[in-house]
Amino acid sequence: MAAPTEGPEKADLNKTDPEPAGAAERAAPASARAADFGIDTTAKSTSEAVRGYLTNLRNGDLGALPALLGLLALFILFTALDGGGTFPSLLNLANLLQQGAGQTIIAMGLVFVLLTGEIDLAAGTASGLAAAVMALHLVAGGNLLGAMGTTVFIMFALVVVLAIALALLLRIWAGAAFSAVALILLVIGFPPNPWLQMLMAVCVGVVIGCLTGFLVAKVGMPSFVVTLALFIAWQGVILQLIGDGGTLGLRDPVLFNVANGNLSTLWSWVLFVVAAGGYAAVLLNRQASRRRLGLVAQPTGLVLLKIAAVVVLAAIATLLLTQNRGPGSVVISGVPYVVPIVLVLMVAGTFVLDRTRFGRHVYAVGGNREAARRAGIDVVRIRATVFVISAAFAAIGAIVYSSKVGSVSPSAGGGNTLLFAVGAAVIGGTSLFGGRGRISNAVIGGAVLATVNNGLGLLGMPASVVFLVNGVVLLLAAGVDVLSRRRSAVSVR
Amino acid sequence: MTDPILQLRAVSKSFGAVQVLHDVDFTVRAGEVTALVGDNGAGKSTLVKCVAGIHPIDGGEILFNGEPVSITAPADAARLGLEVVYQDLALADNLDIVQNMFLGRERGRSWLLDEADMEQAARKTLASLSVRTVTSVRMPVAALSGGQRQTVAIAKAVLWDSKVVLLDEPTAALGVAQTRQVLDLVRRLAEQGLGVVLISHNMADVFEVSDRIACLYLGRMVAQVPTKEVSHGQVVELITAGRSGELGLQRPESVTA
Repeated sequence: MAAPTEGPEKADLNKTDPEPAGAAERAAPASARAADFGIDTTAKSTSEAVRGYLTNLRNGDLGALPALLGLLALFILFTALDGGGTFPSLLNLANLLQQGAGQTIIAMGLVFVLLTGEIDLAAGTASGLAAAVMALHLVAGGNLLGAMGTTVFIMFALVVVLAIALALLLRIWAGAAFSAVALILLVIGFPPNPWLQMLMAVCVGVVIGCLTGFLVAKVGMPSFVVTLALFIAWQGVILQLIGDGGTLGLRDPVLFNVANGNLSTLWSWVLFVVAAGGYAAVLLNRQASRRRLGLVAQPTGLVLLKIAAVVVLAAIATLLLTQNRGPGSVVISGVPYVVPIVLVLMVAGTFVLDRTRFGRHVYAVGGNREAARRAGIDVVRIRATVFVISAAFAAIGAIVYSSKVGSVSPSAGGGNTLLFAVGAAVIGGTSLFGGRGRISNAVIGGAVLATVNNGLGLLGMPASVVFLVNGVVLLLAAGVDVLSRRRSAVSVR
Repeated sequence: MTDPILQLRAVSKSFGAVQVLHDVDFTVRAGEVTALVGDNGAGKSTLVKCVAGIHPIDGGEILFNGEPVSITAPADAARLGLEVVYQDLALADNLDIVQNMFLGRERGRSWLLDEADMEQAARKTLASLSVRTVTSVRMPVAALSGGQRQTVAIAKAVLWDSKVVLLDEPTAALGVAQTRQVLDLVRRLAEQGLGVVLISHNMADVFEVSDRIACLYLGRMVAQVPTKEVSHGQVVELITAGRSGELGLQRPESVTA
């Protein structure tokens, strides 16, 4: 077997040979990696960790780096181009967060589906449908039966019952529970209450997800076809609920504030303490426990550096957002509500994917479905559940973007809502081939797309240019995904 | 000679009209390597998949430690301590070594996995098998060579306090040095007291590591004999013709007819 001294040699090889696609590099890894297994127990120094990260990058494990660099470049570009100074203004940056939040949340849900190697094209119109039910309830003063008409109402209720049955069949208990809540809310006909209406929207999302999940996972239809069909079908349902040319206004202070309101200065700082403190606590705790158990830990210096960077950046952002950013005499200050909403969903989603059995199985199904099946994982259940999660996230996203607009129109969630969400996930580094991606990718990708749209809009670009640029950004992101995969495939063998 | 740990009696399996296994008897003993040989399509992989619970058997019975057991799902086999290392390596490329080794049986609560515990157990298992070719147990499997992947797959099977490990062509895709590694590992498994079943086409491998050879011919078990008592040529005859002198089917022609 190869001597341990081959480790440094490999690093040198990488340094002197910037083209790892060469034949020598391809032949090298197997023997170069054959160092002693005992390395695993010794802690790495910061410089080693950085070098390891660079090697990973060269091998095609890019993660969110391209998107982060792109985001930085876009900020500099738009700041330079926008002569009036509107783009870098606080008002616009806060507005940018609120504009992008809805699609970003849909994208977070889509990451679950993309991780299993499937696609949910119906997430957009499913979100529109959830928003339409919510808005209809508000506009009709709680009288859904009257607003929908008896026939539609009964059919709607039957679909919800069907979803409960399917969720039970698939043994997705949470899906069945939320669908049951939807049925109860539908049948008891509660008076208008924004919180219950939002809950209802999410439950409607779950109902939709149960149907999609059943068709894809249990029946075995390709997700592309199922969700394409549902994409069209939900559009019809939205049109039926709202009526041709109509719009449902969301005239409710709570619903309006979801995307337009801000935390008070005090709560903004509370959010900062909880978020930054929580991040630091999680990282330090992991570091300490890994050290204690004698497992390989990242260099403590690097961890502290990471924490310091996050704390400082969060503090600056909070400080800026708590300043008055209103134009003229109107006072607008505080961190927008969408920030904690997105943060909570991101942390919850990341926790589920990284630390729970379900999350591990989602990655396994996306990486090698047969291996997952042989390991005793209920693949059908996992594949169905990701669609339920996707639709539920889509409904939450719908609440946010409807709140931003202040109304729900028949085109809600149609058009490019979904493609933006898919784009956000992919731009952030989630692979369309399944098995690779993180929830935070969707957030970064969503920020990129929101910045592009906001910046181009401020520059007074016509819609034609905005669409073109968005398309090119998505193509670039998908191209990076494919190239990095090819690269990592080459570097393996 | 130890008592059989796993016994198959008159096991049959059909896929539609095609009967793949005819009344197969098969015995695995603890601490021994039993080689399962046979030509392509003889039913070796099917036999393994029946034991693993991937294909439920149509007839016959499976005895584990002398007790009849029913194996209808992979989880049943896992509960008994039967582990299969598949030809096409049931590893997920995007997960790391620890995650793969514990796939489907993660430790900790289902809402908070115990990563540290799993990592330590994985390291201990790899060390106990004298695996020295893996730099870090947190490496994604995609970054491993063929031999390393096979090693991880075998270590995964060992991790579970398994009683019987079935290896489906573990050396088929490997180079000389890597084959050596894996064969050493197979021998170590038997020395640790496990019952090992090795499916292989490579006669040199079979004669090197096995204690017993079982030969399938067109879905029938034609012989199960100690490796010392047969020659290379006899085994090849058993594989290709179903009989060799006193061994094997008395009238193999009737099978093909």
